Amino acid sequence: MKKDIFKVANKVLKSRLIVGTGKYKNFKETASAVEASGADMVTVAVRRVNIIDKKKPILTDYLNLNKIILLPNTAGCFNSNEALRTLRLAREMGGWKLVKLEVLGDKKTLYPNMIETIKATKTLVKEGFKVMVYCTDDPLLAKKLEDDGAAAIMPLASPIGSGLGLQNKINISLIIKQSKVPVIIDAGIGTASDATIAMELGCDGVLINSAIANAKNPILMASAFKDAVISGRKAFLAGRMNKNYLAKASSPTKGII
Amino acid sequence: MAKIQLNGKKITIQTNFLIIDLLKKYKLFNKKIAIELNGSIIPKSVYKKKKLKNNDIVEIVHFIGGG
Repeated sequence: MKKDIFKVANKVLKSRLIVGTGKYKNFKETASAVEASGADMVTVAVRRVNIIDKKKPILTDYLNLNKIILLPNTAGCFNSNEALRTLRLAREMGGWKLVKLEVLGDKKTLYPNMIETIKATKTLVKEGFKVMVYCTDDPLLAKKLEDDGAAAIMPLASPIGSGLGLQNKINISLIIKQSKVPVIIDAGIGTASDATIAMELGCDGVLINSAIANAKNPILMASAFKDAVISGRKAFLAGRMNKNYLAKASSPTKGII
Repeated sequence: MAKIQLNGKKITIQTNFLIIDLLKKYKLFNKKIAIELNGSIIPKSVYKKKKLKNNDIVEIVHFIGGG
């Protein structure tokens, strides 16, 4: 069997699990969870520096940036201009070109605004960014994003932070089948088995934040996700058995006494 | 003296204060940050040249935890 390589925009990642760094109790816990997850790519948000408390610790001091790729996101942006402003700042911060675009459309569901998302994707691609795009699970829009130059398609499993798991396997399967760029489930995964299901469908990766950070033991959950993603990928590559409506005995009938 | 707005807060700085002086004042020199001055991103190469003036609006951002 040929080696199973996960590549996003020419970057080879060891792990198919990408993790978020939000919602943790403190940076120590964030760092331990990232370590336990085995992820080599983590998402980060761009926000104002705290100028009142100059001594406040900062996230990047806790992550080993020689090993971990930071993926700046546009969380909290509700139109393409806000998202572009955020990502241009992220690029200035350290030359980041690989970014995660998310343009939200509704505060209750945090559903992506696909019209603004497509607009921002086009501009970012023109400016030389490699854009991983958070999107709805509509196969036509996913195709549109790919045609516009997205580096990865990142459909939601269910709303951000909901923990509802994969709600529309059919659409995700259609997107996987048609896409030539990686398909990474972003948002909505609730527990390890949800990630396995996504990987068994043939997703290239999953992005998890709340399901790890909001677990009672986030570090243990991070390691559960590590195993879940590996298992799901192996099962996908192995190819599952056919489903049958009736039983088929596992032991031979010949020689029954 | 000049009055500027930094990350939404009004502050007073000395006349001819450079961006690099502002970064040193807030212990942000050589940190992973980006700066926007009156809506435009300021490249690192001009931190030592760009002077701040009255009513300037400055945003300094960095990476924080996010999903």
